[in-house]
Amino acid sequence: MSYNSIVLVKQVPDTANISGQVMKPDGTVNRAMLPAIFNPEDKTALELALQIKDRYGGKVSAITMGPPKASEVLRDCLYMGADEVFLISDRKFAGADTLATSYVLSEAIKSIGKFDLIFAGRQAIDGDTAQVGPQTAEKLGVNQITYVEEIMHIDKKKIKIKRKIDGGYEILESSFPVLMTVIKDAAVPRPFKATRVMAFKNARSLVELEKMVEGNSLLYIDDLKHEYESKSLFIPTLTMDELNVDADRCGLHGSPTKVYKIESVVLAGGEHVKIEPNKEGLSQLIDRLMDDHILG
Amino acid sequence: MKKASNEIWVFMEQRSGKPADVSFELLSKGRKLAEKVGGTLKSVIIGQNIDSIARETFQYGAKQALVIDHPKLKEYKTLPYSRIMNELVDKHQPRIVLFGATFIGRDLAPRVASHTKSGLTADCTDLQISQVTYLRNDYKDLLLQIRPAFGGNIIATIITPDVPIQMATVREGVMENLSLEKPAKGTIVNIPYVEDDSDHVIEIVEKFQEESKINLKSAPIIVAGGYGMGSKENFVLIHELAHVLGGEVAGSRAAVDAGFIPHERQVGQTGVTVRPKLYIACGISGAIQHRAGMQEANKIVAINNDPDAPIFDICHYGIVGDAAEVIPNLIDVYKHKLK
Repeated sequence: MSYNSIVLVKQVPDTANISGQVMKPDGTVNRAMLPAIFNPEDKTALELALQIKDRYGGKVSAITMGPPKASEVLRDCLYMGADEVFLISDRKFAGADTLATSYVLSEAIKSIGKFDLIFAGRQAIDGDTAQVGPQTAEKLGVNQITYVEEIMHIDKKKIKIKRKIDGGYEILESSFPVLMTVIKDAAVPRPFKATRVMAFKNARSLVELEKMVEGNSLLYIDDLKHEYESKSLFIPTLTMDELNVDADRCGLHGSPTKVYKIESVVLAGGEHVKIEPNKEGLSQLIDRLMDDHILG
Repeated sequence: MKKASNEIWVFMEQRSGKPADVSFELLSKGRKLAEKVGGTLKSVIIGQNIDSIARETFQYGAKQALVIDHPKLKEYKTLPYSRIMNELVDKHQPRIVLFGATFIGRDLAPRVASHTKSGLTADCTDLQISQVTYLRNDYKDLLLQIRPAFGGNIIATIITPDVPIQMATVREGVMENLSLEKPAKGTIVNIPYVEDDSDHVIEIVEKFQEESKINLKSAPIIVAGGYGMGSKENFVLIHELAHVLGGEVAGSRAAVDAGFIPHERQVGQTGVTVRPKLYIACGISGAIQHRAGMQEANKIVAINNDPDAPIFDICHYGIVGDAAEVIPNLIDVYKHKLK
C-alpha cells in the first residue's frame, strides 16, 4: 500500500534576527527586510512524509502560499525529495490571517487531487499560532492530529500516532485521510541530496521566468515556460483565478482578525539599584533582600 | 451577518474529570469582560461526570453552565468535541469565546473558529473591552486581543470588528484566578449528546498523563537562565543557586531552544507566567515575550554582561557581569551569611 502525502510548508522570516524597520504602517510585516528561512517544523513534516514514501511508496507534494520569493522553500523541498511542488501566490492573497490562509490552502489541496495524508508543522515561528493546520483540516472536513511526535504504524486502514499532550502523551489510531501537525522532535530533516540539488537548482516559477525575460529581449516567456516544463523544472503557480476561490474570503479582506494597533515596545527605563559584580556588591544585595524578607 | 448575543463563553477544559486551572483563570477574566459589556458569563463543559465542575464555575460568576455529559466524551477527542462546540456556537452565537492555550485548546479553538468563520487570536497576554474606531467605522464594546508579536519587538492589538464572534486563547497563569466570595446563582443546562459516525474516526489506544511535578507558578523564588548562560554546563550554576536559595529553576525560550532546560520550565508568553517573591534572571536579555511571563514578580534581580539588555529596564537590582562568574560568588556570599 502506498500513500499520497501533501505537505504544507511556509517560508518565514527568521524571527531571531529582527531589526526595527520591518513593520509596515498597516501593521503587517515587510518580509523583504528579513532573512527568510524554511519554517523548521514544516521541514520536519516534509521529512515524515518522505520517510513514509521511502518505506511504502506513493507521492509527496509540497505546497506553499506566499510571495514569489517563497519558491525558494519549494526548491528546498525538491532537494530533499518531494515529487512535485506548488506555489500559491497572488497579490489578492496577501495579508491573510489564519482563517483566510486555511481557506486558500484547502481549496488548493482540493485542486491538487487525492491524498491520504496531509502534513504540516505544528506552527510557524513568525506567528506561533498553530491554527492553520487545524483550520485547513476543518475546511477539508478531515480529521486532525496535532502535536505529532511519532508515527508508530501505518497500514491500509489506519495510522497509529503518538502525540504530545499536557503532561504526557497519547497514542491514537485514525483512518484516512488525516491532517497531522508535527513537532520538531518527530524527525531530523534529511540534508539536501547533491544529485537532486543539481537536478532542481534551476526549477523556476512563472514569476521567476518572467523576470528572466524582462532583462533579455531574445527570450520569450511562452517558449521559456515550455522549455522548463519539458525539463520538469517548472514550478506551477496557483493564483486566485486558477483556484476559483471566493475573493471575499481571501487575503486581508477575507481575514476577520485585523491589526488595530501596533506599539513598539517602549521600555519604561525604570530605575533600578546597580549592584557591583563583586563580593561586596553581592553581599549588599543579599542584605537588602533579607531585610525585605524576600530571602532568608 | 447573524446578530450575536452578549454572551461570554469559557470552554472549561477537563482532563480525566479534573478541571484545568487555566479555565478558572479565564472565567475570572470573562466575568470582568461580561461586567464591562453588560453581558452574561457562561461556561461550557464537555466530558463525563462533570456536574461538580459546572457548579464550581458559578463560584467564578458563571450564570449558566452548558453541560454535555456522556461516557463517550470522557476524554478529549478532536472531532466529537469540535462538532459539539460548533453546534453550540452556531446556535447561541456568543459574542466572545475563550479557550486555554493548552494542547487541547490549541487543537479545538482553531477548528471551531474555522467552522464559525470567527476571528481567533492565539496566546493573548491581555484582553480588554473598548470602543474602537477602525477604518472610519465605530464599534462599541469590541474585544481587544493583545499579544506580543514578531520576535517581541511589538505589542499587537488584534480586533475582529466585522464578525459576530470573537475568540481568543490564553496561556495558563496569564490571568489571575479570582473566585467570588458568594457564588453566582447559576443554572446547569444539560444538553444531550447525539452520536455521530465521525466521532469514531479516531480512537485513543493509550494515554499517559501526569500532573507536572514542577510547579513554577507557586514557587516563591525562581532562578532563571537564558541563552546568555552559554552552555548546558554553565546552566548547572542556575540549578546550584536555586538549590541554595530554595527556589525553582526556570529558563527563557532561547534557553529551551538551545536545549539547556526542558520546555516545562519555560517562563514567558509561550511558557508559564509566574509571580514569585524573587526572580533572578541570569543571562536573560529580557525580550517582551519573556517579560510577559515574569514582570509581576515582587523583586527582580538581573545578571547580564550587556548593560543595555532590556531586562535592566524592569529589574529592581541590576548586576552587569558574566553570570557564570557572578553566580558562584553569589552562592558563596549567601552561604557565608547563613553561617
